[in-house]
Amino acid sequence: MPNDQKKSDEKQMLERMTKSEYKYGFVTDIETESAPRGLSEDTIRFISAKKHEPEFMLQWRLKAFRRWEKMKEPRWAFVDYPPIDYQDAYYYAAPRKKDGPKNLDEVDPKLLETFEKLGIPLDEQKRLAGVAVDAVMDSISVATTFKKELKELGIIFCSMSEALREHPDLVKKYLGTVVPRGDNFFAALNSAVFSDGSFAYIPKGVRCPMELSTYFRINAANTGQFERTLIIADEGAYVSYLEGCTAPMRDENQLHAAVVELIAHKDAEIKYSTVQNWYPGDEEGKGGIYNFVTKRGLCDGDNSRISWTQVETGSAITWKYPSVIMKGNNSEGEFYSVAFTNNFQQADTGTKMIHVGKNTRSRIVSKGISAGRSNNSYRGLVQVHEAAENARNFSQCDSLLIGDKCGAHTFPYLEIKNKTAKIEHEATTSKIGEDQIFYLNQRGIDTENAIALIVNGYCKEVFKELPMEFAVEAQKLLEISLEGSVG
Amino acid sequence: MLEIKDLRVAIGDTEILKGINLNVNPGEIHAIMGPNGSGKSTLANVLAGREEFEVISGSVKFQGEDLLEMAPEERAHHGLFLAFQYPVEIPGVSMANFLKQAVNEVRRARGENTLDARSFLNRMKEKLALVEMDEKFISRAVNEGFSGGEKKRNEIFQMAMLDPKLAILDETDSGLDIDALKIVANGVNKIRNKDNAFILVTHYQRLLNYIVPDFVHVLYNGKIAQSGDKDLALHLEEYGYDWIKKEKEAEATV
Ligand SMILES: Nc1ncnc2c1ncn2[C@@H]1O[C@H](COP(=O)(O)OP(=O)(O)OP(=O)(O)O)[C@@H](O)[C@H]1O
Ligand SMILES: [Mg+2]
Repeated sequence: MPNDQKKSDEKQMLERMTKSEYKYGFVTDIETESAPRGLSEDTIRFISAKKHEPEFMLQWRLKAFRRWEKMKEPRWAFVDYPPIDYQDAYYYAAPRKKDGPKNLDEVDPKLLETFEKLGIPLDEQKRLAGVAVDAVMDSISVATTFKKELKELGIIFCSMSEALREHPDLVKKYLGTVVPRGDNFFAALNSAVFSDGSFAYIPKGVRCPMELSTYFRINAANTGQFERTLIIADEGAYVSYLEGCTAPMRDENQLHAAVVELIAHKDAEIKYSTVQNWYPGDEEGKGGIYNFVTKRGLCDGDNSRISWTQVETGSAITWKYPSVIMKGNNSEGEFYSVAFTNNFQQADTGTKMIHVGKNTRSRIVSKGISAGRSNNSYRGLVQVHEAAENARNFSQCDSLLIGDKCGAHTFPYLEIKNKTAKIEHEATTSKIGEDQIFYLNQRGIDTENAIALIVNGYCKEVFKELPMEFAVEAQKLLEISLEGSVG
Repeated sequence: MLEIKDLRVAIGDTEILKGINLNVNPGEIHAIMGPNGSGKSTLANVLAGREEFEVISGSVKFQGEDLLEMAPEERAHHGLFLAFQYPVEIPGVSMANFLKQAVNEVRRARGENTLDARSFLNRMKEKLALVEMDEKFISRAVNEGFSGGEKKRNEIFQMAMLDPKLAILDETDSGLDIDALKIVANGVNKIRNKDNAFILVTHYQRLLNYIVPDFVHVLYNGKIAQSGDKDLALHLEEYGYDWIKKEKEAEATV
């Protein structure tokens, strides 16, 4: 009967669905200026000089480099990749230009066009109100929009290079306070060679009226991208920050090792949202970005709050654990994550919630979706220190499997040193139910749309944490990633 | 409208339907009764296109077309609706979102305009009222946390939204309290017209007091063992299925 036929048709359809092409895979033809291949103290001096950095920065980088040289690449994550030859990559690439652009008119039109193509128009007139953008291509900040409006409120939002020139004291005060230079192998590497990134400072009592956003793009070949983001919300301040990323399709793997540090003072709140869509490699697992990122937030003051929301659909390998240290009393940390893997993608991601202050609360909602032959792991640590009276944690880790060749793994770790702590952990693993698909089919919805609907429903708790436009974006991205993934 | 000829269906190695013949014309209501496990849901699911079941032989025509060749969603587009015996929950997907997609896909397949948000919402409210469901259901996730009775009513609500040509109600009356039963029956009676048809799978003659069938069939051991009018249901209520069993056994020994 057509039954077997139908089954295999469905299988094929599902496979086709998850086999959609990566649509940001183009390369911008632009002249770049690079540091010589390889990594040495000279490379670091070259980068620092190129950027006209203050001396303290160079020294800081060199210390990080010396530390890194003694460190070993971590191998505990549930990911598998060939050894990386750190001497075979470029550590600095910048679109060639004389001086930094003073305003948008001075930005190379080709760069503007690139971002336009990515759906990120940098032209302020054209932008819908509400989001200020810092665009970073190959390590260099290309343009930041809405600077003037923000400045009137005392908000600083600029590239890290500019911050180092214009606000060196602020950078010096905070850089490395949450993620120290030698924190881990990739953070040390980043500390040594980071080339740019975004910097934001929200002064006391100011609620940032628009979303701040950085858009990262890797363009040059054989180049690692090492950006560094530092966000400080002073007492009673509030900011919501968005980060997006894409890269061209290339056969070789590219390394992305970013560091993000967040600092929330008393009564301050930082919401950090990421939609990560680096090139994941092709169907055979060739190429793609190695995304090894250290993200950490410090709730420094009482009643402060930091929330990470991430939607991860890209990268060949993801190694990423956005964390919150709740040092202030009554502070709160949150982590909401959707991680989708397909084909040969590998993701080992999760969070660390470190309870130090009293009455600190944390919440973890992790939604993993695996399709194809991918592997998706959640790794989460909840740590409650001796002094953290009445700490609360709620964790929910769900895995959804699409097809039978993929894997989902959950590694929860608990370190509780205070008896008053209340920890709740829920975990589920499910397959998309044939019953659910059939129910939707029976109502006239085809399998492809049925799966998209079910997956969106599954991710809803996370999507609702994203700012509106970003949530729509994330939903679309997930639908595209799902195309051809079900079998 | 529906012509089932000698339909034989198996799951794995077990034959469950062993030659079903049934004709349903526009405007008709057919009731299918029969003991547990006799194959009623199997028949309903095969008609809706459930894949686990293997059609061994026979044919099914729906409005002149080969139903068995169609994908489940195509059957829905052609106007076939199944109210499930056990409706599934779809967490995180709101009724509004789900139905909007369903209604619009069906309309698109029929070459009709998709509904805009306002007229869609109005239609939802109108049909909810038909089954006396609260408007708050619009924003709840599909069947999630619905009580047994609410799930059944929700099936009838969806049926009203999709306005099918042929609706198969698989034990929609089971688990309903008396008032809900009347509401559901009322809903069906309002929707029925001379162009559509219903197949009611039920264990209880009670439902048939409210929705009067033109035909009653008894499915027994994978076959329609007996057909009649509404009095057959009354007879079954009184005497159970034993006499059919005996008749069949007697036939087999002859
Ligand atoms: N997926 C399945 N796997 C194995 N057997 C099945 C499956 N589905 C149905 N059956 C068997 O087929 C037979 C008919 O089942 P069906 O659900 O059609 O009965 P029914 O007439 O609807 O019963 P009820 O009145 O209890 O709802 C039963 O013996 C049942 O166990
Ligand atoms: Mg049944």
